[in-house]
Amino acid sequence: MVFWYNLQSLISNLHIMGIVETRGLKKHFGDVKAVDGVDLSIQTGELLVILGPSGCGKTTLMRMIAGLEKPTAGEILIGDTVVTELPPRARQIAMVFQSYALYPHMTVFDNISFPLKARREPKMDMKKKVEWAASILGIERLLARKPRQLSGGERQRVALARALVKEPAVMLLDEPLSNLDAKLRASARDELQRFQRQLGITTIFVTHDQIEAMGLGDRIAVMYNGRVRQLGPPQEIYHEPADTFVGTFLGSPPMNLLERNGYLVGFRPENFLPPGVLEIGGDVVTFPYQVGRVENLGSDRLLYGTVAGAAEDNRTVSKLPSTVMIPVEAGEAYDFIIQRKDLKFFDKATGLRIEPQPL
Amino acid sequence: MKEIAKEVTLDQRVAAGRGEIGGRYLSDSEGFLSGLFLFPAVVYIVALVGIPFVLAIAFSVSDVSVGDSTLDFVGLRNFRVIIQTPQFQRALRNTFVFTLIAQAIVILLANILAVALSQDFRGKWLARTLIILPWATPISLGTIGWLWMLDSKFSPIDWILQAVGLLGPDTLLGPGRNLNWLGREDLAVASVILVHVWRILPLATVILMAGLTSIPQDLLDQAAVDGASFWRIHFQVAVPLVLPIMYIALLFGLIFTFGDMVVAFVLTRGGPIYYTQVLPLWAWFKGIDGGNLAEGAAIALFIFPVLLAVAILFLRSARRMEVT
Repeated sequence: MVFWYNLQSLISNLHIMGIVETRGLKKHFGDVKAVDGVDLSIQTGELLVILGPSGCGKTTLMRMIAGLEKPTAGEILIGDTVVTELPPRARQIAMVFQSYALYPHMTVFDNISFPLKARREPKMDMKKKVEWAASILGIERLLARKPRQLSGGERQRVALARALVKEPAVMLLDEPLSNLDAKLRASARDELQRFQRQLGITTIFVTHDQIEAMGLGDRIAVMYNGRVRQLGPPQEIYHEPADTFVGTFLGSPPMNLLERNGYLVGFRPENFLPPGVLEIGGDVVTFPYQVGRVENLGSDRLLYGTVAGAAEDNRTVSKLPSTVMIPVEAGEAYDFIIQRKDLKFFDKATGLRIEPQPL
Repeated sequence: MKEIAKEVTLDQRVAAGRGEIGGRYLSDSEGFLSGLFLFPAVVYIVALVGIPFVLAIAFSVSDVSVGDSTLDFVGLRNFRVIIQTPQFQRALRNTFVFTLIAQAIVILLANILAVALSQDFRGKWLARTLIILPWATPISLGTIGWLWMLDSKFSPIDWILQAVGLLGPDTLLGPGRNLNWLGREDLAVASVILVHVWRILPLATVILMAGLTSIPQDLLDQAAVDGASFWRIHFQVAVPLVLPIMYIALLFGLIFTFGDMVVAFVLTRGGPIYYTQVLPLWAWFKGIDGGNLAEGAAIALFIFPVLLAVAILFLRSARRMEVT
């Protein structure tokens, strides 16, 4: 009952606070523009994923929100308060690092209670809160252990419990799943989302893994070279990429790009299908496709080849689910079909999305 | 086993007709090489540590002196005699007290300095270099410098105290114009400890600084995000993590201070009377200066158990650090 009471008060607290905003945020290290003008607004209770390749500035952005880096320019607001000049401890944030950064010399209990001790909370409250956080993450039986006696998954839960116990306005997660093995990662992802939804805790999640981003985010901000290239719900990011970078960064294999009449045509490999899968007569486009190599992955077949009539060395990939049984042979040419609505057009010079063009 | 494996591959190469086949060189033998490389170290340790140590034990149970170099066994008589002298008792006590007080001050100051010097500030490199300097100075020269600093008439420390109005007639530190650092019992003791601190502090600081920089930045960042203040981060996160390294610094300091005779010798010669007498210096006075080799050896042997204990702790902690 105490837990539920705490949970309720935690949620109501969160609804008062918890909107994070960055305005024209910049961080330059000498000539390197790690973050180069980022405007983001994170809604209360939202899970925002910042997605980008390594070196895109996503970690620097998060460290600025946490107060660990001082911005070169711009402002950060947490719950309508400008916190740009405030030290980390005055920001009502919690953070989970990629390494989990558990204090190796403290027990799990002491690790989780550390933020409360720093706040000088009374011992009794501290114990209750630690037990509450531990029960949410199912680590009650680990409280007396030291971090080195824990598995990767257990360490991650301890780190999350330590973040949670602070009842933060915002929780910052820096690639918290990348130290887990592949199998554990999927279940940890699932659990993380459930727990975030259940508590309604505003979360910023930094990752370079598009699957994590697609699976977890309410919205995704795709970053590249210090700027946010696109911000939107996962489906929008995937299906309506704002530029060629976003199109080719998401999706596995990435979006095909063909040069046509001075602009670029992009389409997803799974939309590029052999004749007979789609009904001819709909609004479709046909490309003559020379298949070079067939890779059978079990659940999918990947075809690597070239589209005739486009630039000489274009590499175009088609991804056929195993439910498509139509035989395709390497070395043969086919007329592959794609729905017109699945074609995206980009400016060749800037890479930005443009209106559909005639083919 | 390794040798055989080598031969086989050689034979195979001969059979395959590939490669040039030469004889095995002496330098291919690990046994020979390890012996060769260890030899100088073994000679050094036996000649300069082993033999003198055995000699010291032999001397301490004999009646050898500068005038009579024959060793006649006298049992523990030398030990019985020296233990009863007040000089020895004082020297024994001083050695412990000086070492422990000096090390306590060193650990405290080294922590402060290491944290200060780990921060980013202008002239950091100059400050670091200056901190290291005492360690690079030969101990006898450094102590002679201090001898002048603590001079009974021309001490710059006294001048500064006079200038700020703490020393001289009608002041806090008394009517005299000099404190007479090395002539008064309490100040002489303080001076010897001070110079020991000055000498060991650089080493301890450098060791601690290395320890502090080895703490993962993530942990310190995490503590900052968790809301900890500077002092809480230092004492609850950084210090516990550098504790094994601090321990090493402490053991180094203990060995250097406990076995040192130079500081007391140069500054006070153990005086006034024997208030700053320490074991190594008393052994030297008795054995070399006074010619009673047997009693000198017996005094010096009292240093051994302490150094042995410290050395064992040292090796143990070194091994523990290797494992983790």
